[in-house]
Amino acid sequence: MLVEIENLTVSFPTPQGMSHAVRGVSLTLGAEKMGIVGESGSGKSLTARSILRLLPENARIAADKLTFDGIDVLRAREGAMRAIRGKRAGLILQDPKYSLNPVMTAGEQIAEAWRTHRKGSRREALSAAVDLLAQVQIRDPRRVAEAYPHELSGGMGQRVMIAMMLAPDPEMLIADEPTSALDATVQAEILRLLEDLVSRRGMALILISHDLPLVSHFCDRVLVMYAGRIVEELRAGDLTHAQHAYTRGLLDCLPTLSHPKPRLPVMVRDPAWLS
Amino acid sequence: MSTTTLRDWLLTDTPSSRAQAAWGRRYRLWCDFRANPLAMAGLIVTVLLIAVSLLAPWLATHDPGAQNLANRLARPSAAHWLGTDELGRDIYSRVLYGGRVTLGMVVAVVVLVAPLGLAVGCIAGYVGGVADRVLMRVTDVFLAFPRLILALAFVAAIKPGVTSAIAAIALTAWPPYARLARAETMMIRSSDYIAAVRLTGAAKARIILRHVAPMCLGSLIVRVTLDMSSIILTAASLGFLGMGAQPPSPEWGAMIATARRFILDQWWVPTIPGIAIFVASLAFNLLGDGLRDVLDPKQR
Amino acid sequence: MITVDDLRVRFGETEAVKGVSFAVPEGSSFGIVGESGSGKSTVLRALSGLNDDWTGRMTVKGQVLAPNRGKDFFRRVQMVFQDPYGSLHPRQTVDRALSEPLLVHGIGDADARIARALAEVALPPAARFRYPHQLSGGQRQRVAIARGLMAEPEVLLLDEPTSALDVSVQAEVLNLLADLQQRRGLTYVMVSHNLAVVAHLCPMIGVMQGGEMVEILSGEDLRAGRTTHPHTTELRALSTELEEA
Repeated sequence: MLVEIENLTVSFPTPQGMSHAVRGVSLTLGAEKMGIVGESGSGKSLTARSILRLLPENARIAADKLTFDGIDVLRAREGAMRAIRGKRAGLILQDPKYSLNPVMTAGEQIAEAWRTHRKGSRREALSAAVDLLAQVQIRDPRRVAEAYPHELSGGMGQRVMIAMMLAPDPEMLIADEPTSALDATVQAEILRLLEDLVSRRGMALILISHDLPLVSHFCDRVLVMYAGRIVEELRAGDLTHAQHAYTRGLLDCLPTLSHPKPRLPVMVRDPAWLS
Repeated sequence: MSTTTLRDWLLTDTPSSRAQAAWGRRYRLWCDFRANPLAMAGLIVTVLLIAVSLLAPWLATHDPGAQNLANRLARPSAAHWLGTDELGRDIYSRVLYGGRVTLGMVVAVVVLVAPLGLAVGCIAGYVGGVADRVLMRVTDVFLAFPRLILALAFVAAIKPGVTSAIAAIALTAWPPYARLARAETMMIRSSDYIAAVRLTGAAKARIILRHVAPMCLGSLIVRVTLDMSSIILTAASLGFLGMGAQPPSPEWGAMIATARRFILDQWWVPTIPGIAIFVASLAFNLLGDGLRDVLDPKQR
Repeated sequence: MITVDDLRVRFGETEAVKGVSFAVPEGSSFGIVGESGSGKSTVLRALSGLNDDWTGRMTVKGQVLAPNRGKDFFRRVQMVFQDPYGSLHPRQTVDRALSEPLLVHGIGDADARIARALAEVALPPAARFRYPHQLSGGQRQRVAIARGLMAEPEVLLLDEPTSALDVSVQAEVLNLLADLQQRRGLTYVMVSHNLAVVAHLCPMIGVMQGGEMVEILSGEDLRAGRTTHPHTTELRALSTELEEA
């Protein structure tokens, strides 16, 4: 499985003309953990969603090359895309509250995800669901399988969501701010779980977040996006060697416990970053 | 070039006065509305109907009350464009004048009902507690009656006529608005921006009037326009049953009622006021749909 | 300036705040950290007067607070909310939002005051007649802060004021809050889930868990790791772990 993107642009028509949200992004992704970091409006989500062609209806997308395992995403028919989405690539969103069906139990939802992509009876599907819940390190998978989403905590809901995405045994996971709605203690657990699952199954992971330190902690490499472009690519743990002024600004303006500053440095945005 | 400068003035991102900001917002809504051809058709027809009714004395070819028994139930002709009715009155003129009565009733009902429903709903929703329970049970009582029957009973109790028909329809039409306004208010009440206003120390009345009610207004306007057609139909039904406008005053529903005997032989006599009702209802509905898309995008 | 003594808040059967006590000296800041459901925002809402169903004793400047507050309370105590997208009335311009407290309290000279308030939170005068949807998240939060300051309060309650903002904007807003405190001698009570943010602004920090304030410690103690409660230790570890990466 290889994702190749060359010169991707995503734009939206507005009364004032086209507004470009992603402007010439190129990247390749194999079976690795890649982070995309940027502030709101940097185009990080749109870039990742372009791979699944899951963009808002009015978005215009163009690229010299945009392939998922050799399939041309821009020209593939809707049926071919459906075979990728969910089955070969999963998407985990920020808040499980909105992505889980409130009137189905967690187990039923996972079982359904399993059955849409594999053949098997209801019974097999349900036992697969319990098994998947165990894989996302839920201690009491049988009980959680019978619970409705509103009975689950945020972290538990996100685990169910991950289990659902793992059901068809995908080759790639896109996690769009998977832990922003969760508490710090749970956040670390979920990310460790994701990291572990991805490494063990040899999957590709795209982790989208606004939190640069967090992402670099869990990914092999990190792309920093600003105003629709990749301004810098960093190896994990290389944050201290960040070159681009924007990346350094992102790190500097964070208040920290270990290095208190009376005043936080404020980012001065250089117009040259846009070109 | 003054049109482009006006447009720029309206669309600027940095308005320099409250009025400019408000007009800019309205202009943007208008731009959205204009992009919807069906809604525009609804608006144009509505405006035309109102204009034609207002201009009836100048547009009519005959006196709507003038009888000519020698020429009753005439087919459409050069003299009587839409024919004549059972008393030889010119149908074209009567439809024009009838618009005044029918549309006038609709407007009167809306003017009575919308503020009442808004007030009841906002107070019940915002104040809550006993006030909410009492107001909503009253609303339920009115909702529980079939609309036309309640109106009929009310009109019959007083004396049939346009005024009592308006009062009767108003009496039966307000509960849905109160319900709607209450539901909206309950949602708005828990929002942070209302919490922020509460923290300024503003009195309840001020919060309801200046902060909550304007937010309910959009969906209320939409509901009103969508309801106008049913108000027309209720007015027409009352007229048809002889409880609305009294003869000889031309009202679309009453016109159909008196002409229903001729529906097989002289079809145009009841059909033409029927078409008028149909066109007006459809126009209001299209207008309401368009307004909903603009004012209340979440309900799409 | 502010004392809270044995504050308890119930929501039906569950007790969301189980006897919380703390004190904030005038011109200082007190931070409350905790995870979701720890009751930290509930404390703030009871203090602000948004929730009147509580027991205990709270005072602001020596005055005991009743569940229902008078107008003068709201002149002295104001609040800034977490979500700048939800805390501004969508149909009101910045100008209208800022003039509302002036109208309620009968403060004159609105025009000059609004212009001054915008300058104080570093918003351009051109933003004055814009609607919230025409502003960025950071600008909206500045408007919300300016609105809080219109009636010249002494206490500002901050409910996660930066957690909906980008980090670069967060830094600007935190600096602004620090400047305003210095200039006006404001007293802050700030609630956040982010330990580093709270420690940046507040010399004293209360840690909440399950409706109880399990520890109150100074910022220095927190930085130096002199924590006594395991929950504080855990939160601190999670926060520093990422910093050292």
